[in-house]
Amino acid sequence: MTKYKATIGLEVHVQLKTRTKMFCGCSTSFGAPPNTQVCPVCLGYPGSLPVMNGEAIRLTVMAGLMLGCRVNPFSKFDRKNYFYPDMPKNYQISQYDKPLCLGGGVDVEMGEQTRRIGLTRIHLEEDVAKNLHMATWSGIDFNRAGVPLMEIVSEPELSTPDEAMAYLQTLRQILVYAGVSECNMEEGNLRCDVNVSVRPEEQSALGTKIEIKNLNTFKGVHGALVYEIARQIAAVQAGEPIRQETRRWDSEMEETFPMRTKEEAHDYRYFPEPDLMPVSLPARWVRQWESELPELPATRRDRFITQYGIPEYDAKVLSADRAIGEYFEAAVRVSRHAKAISNWVMTDVLRVLAERAVSIEKFPIAAAELAELVELAETRQINSNTARTVFEVMLGGGGKASDIVRERGLTQVSDAGAIEVIVRQAIESNPKSVEDYRNGKEAAMKFLIGQVMRASKGKANPQMASELLGRMLGPPSS
Amino acid sequence: MDGWNRLTAHELVDRMNRRECSSEEVVRSVLDAIQSKDGPIHGYLSVDPEDALAQARAADTARRNGVSGRLMGVPVAVKDVLNVRGQSCTCASRILKGYTAPYDATAIARLRAEGAIFLGRTNMDEFAMGSTTENSAYGVTRNPWDLGRVPGGSSGGSAAVVAADEAIVAIGTDTGGSIRQPASFCGCVGLKPTYGRVSRYGLTAYASSLDQIGPMAKDVRDAALLFEIMSGHDPMDSSSLPEAVPAAGDLLVPDLKGIRLGLPAEYFVSGMDADVERCVRHAVQQCKDLGAEIVEVSLPHTRAAIATYYIIATAEASANLARFDGVRYGTRATGANEPIELYKRTRAEGFGPEVKRRIILGTYVLSSGYYDAYYVTAQKVRSLIREDFGKAFSQCDAILAPVSPTAAYQIGEKSEDPLQMYLGDIFTVPVNLAGICGLSVPCGFTGAGLPVGLQVIGPALGEMIVLKAGAAFEKVSCAAGRRPGLM
Repeated sequence: MTKYKATIGLEVHVQLKTRTKMFCGCSTSFGAPPNTQVCPVCLGYPGSLPVMNGEAIRLTVMAGLMLGCRVNPFSKFDRKNYFYPDMPKNYQISQYDKPLCLGGGVDVEMGEQTRRIGLTRIHLEEDVAKNLHMATWSGIDFNRAGVPLMEIVSEPELSTPDEAMAYLQTLRQILVYAGVSECNMEEGNLRCDVNVSVRPEEQSALGTKIEIKNLNTFKGVHGALVYEIARQIAAVQAGEPIRQETRRWDSEMEETFPMRTKEEAHDYRYFPEPDLMPVSLPARWVRQWESELPELPATRRDRFITQYGIPEYDAKVLSADRAIGEYFEAAVRVSRHAKAISNWVMTDVLRVLAERAVSIEKFPIAAAELAELVELAETRQINSNTARTVFEVMLGGGGKASDIVRERGLTQVSDAGAIEVIVRQAIESNPKSVEDYRNGKEAAMKFLIGQVMRASKGKANPQMASELLGRMLGPPSS
Repeated sequence: MDGWNRLTAHELVDRMNRRECSSEEVVRSVLDAIQSKDGPIHGYLSVDPEDALAQARAADTARRNGVSGRLMGVPVAVKDVLNVRGQSCTCASRILKGYTAPYDATAIARLRAEGAIFLGRTNMDEFAMGSTTENSAYGVTRNPWDLGRVPGGSSGGSAAVVAADEAIVAIGTDTGGSIRQPASFCGCVGLKPTYGRVSRYGLTAYASSLDQIGPMAKDVRDAALLFEIMSGHDPMDSSSLPEAVPAAGDLLVPDLKGIRLGLPAEYFVSGMDADVERCVRHAVQQCKDLGAEIVEVSLPHTRAAIATYYIIATAEASANLARFDGVRYGTRATGANEPIELYKRTRAEGFGPEVKRRIILGTYVLSSGYYDAYYVTAQKVRSLIREDFGKAFSQCDAILAPVSPTAAYQIGEKSEDPLQMYLGDIFTVPVNLAGICGLSVPCGFTGAGLPVGLQVIGPALGEMIVLKAGAAFEKVSCAAGRRPGLM
């Protein structure tokens, strides 16, 4: 039976992290009551004119540099003409033939191998308004109209829904890393158009392309692709021609439906936006921005492994979020016990962040303070139980680890003489356990260590206590 | 004294500063003139006497309190295409009937800051598309010199009210000659500044790369004063130029010694009205007598200017006017069941025939398959026209030319033949395409007693040269200060 291959390309629309809209001073913040963040410019009132948001240009170029694009030294904006109620001017200011960034790619890890998915271009445009349909009437919320949107167009180099997911996840992580976008899906920061075609494996010519528009969840992208590839293969097998068309994904029905055919598609009549001057980016600006780029998540992960000797798993967890990685590195600069710091961050810090549902920026213990605690534990000045207690005190705003330890007299007792007195007491007060130990019960030893720790109020060096006990009790008779 | 309405802005400011009259008296005299004359002329679409008098009293109070302003208490008539906060702005179109501007255009805000009073909205060709003001949805404006004739356009209302002393000064806009041509037809002064000199923010766009706001006045000095106030960089308009504007006071020169004025051979062609040619040639001789050196220059791509203009202007207009859809403001057609139907009905009912013609033409030239042949070619020709002027200005300081091949024509004479009307713009559109400046100043009359204007064209940012030449010429012009003898 013939095997089929799918060809997938993605157009990802990303809302940039700017304070104001693309061409006016209105706020971009999410969730305001309808039509409260609007002005004559973003409502397309007669006589209003657009003025470029420099920060949106910078963020788009930053994204391009992160993704290895060429920054176009000469870029311009164009008008894309079509009528729709969500379009205040009935043209969208976009970029047609001179986008800000060209080429580039995303290194996507798919199982064992890493594949580079090429990018065609990245351009900048303004978002449209949001149509709201009620039972008997419709409304338009223009708060979103004019919000800067960056469109990242991939080459058709993906072939499975899983690959598309991996591409999107990698892309999203890079964009968040670069500080270009929050990529918050719930707020519609990231939306996706998918192009997909199928062909028999031995055939080289691509099949007819279908576009699925406006997918706003990764799950939707995956579901739409799974459905659409199966639908197209079934059609080809049945000898039905595939018409070039735009379809939409119905997440309830889990099916795609035709929107309009390409034959009737709009002629957008692009022409250069006469209200805006072309963008000529001075090379020194681009160099400056390049110098401010963070490293890619995968690069940072690999560097953590080689530079700090931590396991790959740790490196991956610590580099997944840019701020967590920076927290880790800030701690490592204070204490060289990288693996111990990694353990603290991955378990205790991330647990607290999850419990409190806050980001690392709001974590009460600074990286250097955590490092000091780790240093105390690793140099055996406090034992691990004490360390955990101190951590809890610090979480509650208790101050520096060394101060807490000093104030509460928690310094670990490593004086052999002092521990010996306590060990002797423990042996004398617990003849039953001593008996059990001698009869080969391993658990009895743990009990006796616990007694020593309790008697020392947790300050005894547990390793020394264990050694002394062993020496004084002699080997168990088994 | 009655007749304050016949004075210029600079004269009135001097008199008001000397307490010889109040702004209220000036505004009343202008309102009286409107009352008695504007019926047949129909230069205004709307006038709000109460509001104008309230503004005047406020200006008088301000002046008494020591507040000064270069236009303190002077009423300014505004073409209905510019947004003045709280006033209607219909662009002489049914589609914007009932629309109230929510903000001041930058040029308006700057005039307001100098104490100007906005007393009424002047008629125009719908969305500034036309050369006669016959394309207004609210009735034609008549030329005060001959009520059977057009005032020119598209700023015909502004030109007519200035000529008829129904205004002290007026604001117009010029995309292909819409200030200069009506100024010529009505015998007043009109300046089309360099593209980017006056912010377009608040000017309802016709053709974004060509539109400019400019003054229409009774003398060159008033035109210079208004230009100086309105111009200068505006962060709200990306095409606004950063260059500082020289003070208008510097333009008073006794003669034209040391100035070289170019005469383009292509602007004196057969087919031009003989009276117009006689007036312009006489004006050239007068400039020579004032000491100017006259040199021959060539603008070889002039003949392509009309075609180029009607491709670029209509292409931009087709997008600029897309926003008038009945969804957010203006009039909305009733009976539509879905958005596309709403657009179709609203636009079919709301736009007049000339606007529809230009939207269709512009849509066509941008269409897939035609874009390169029309729009791209037009942009190339536009560059050639710009280069023509560049070469010419290497040989002269300014260019003298007619404004229009004819004087004002009869109402209805050309409205049935758009192409004939378009050809009347041949001497004005090249200036817009090149983004340079041009002044129309009265230079004589036809045998039938109709005014004729002389066009002084300057290079980019050359307004001061043009205004100086215009001011010197104005002193010797037989047409300066002449008013229509109506009624």
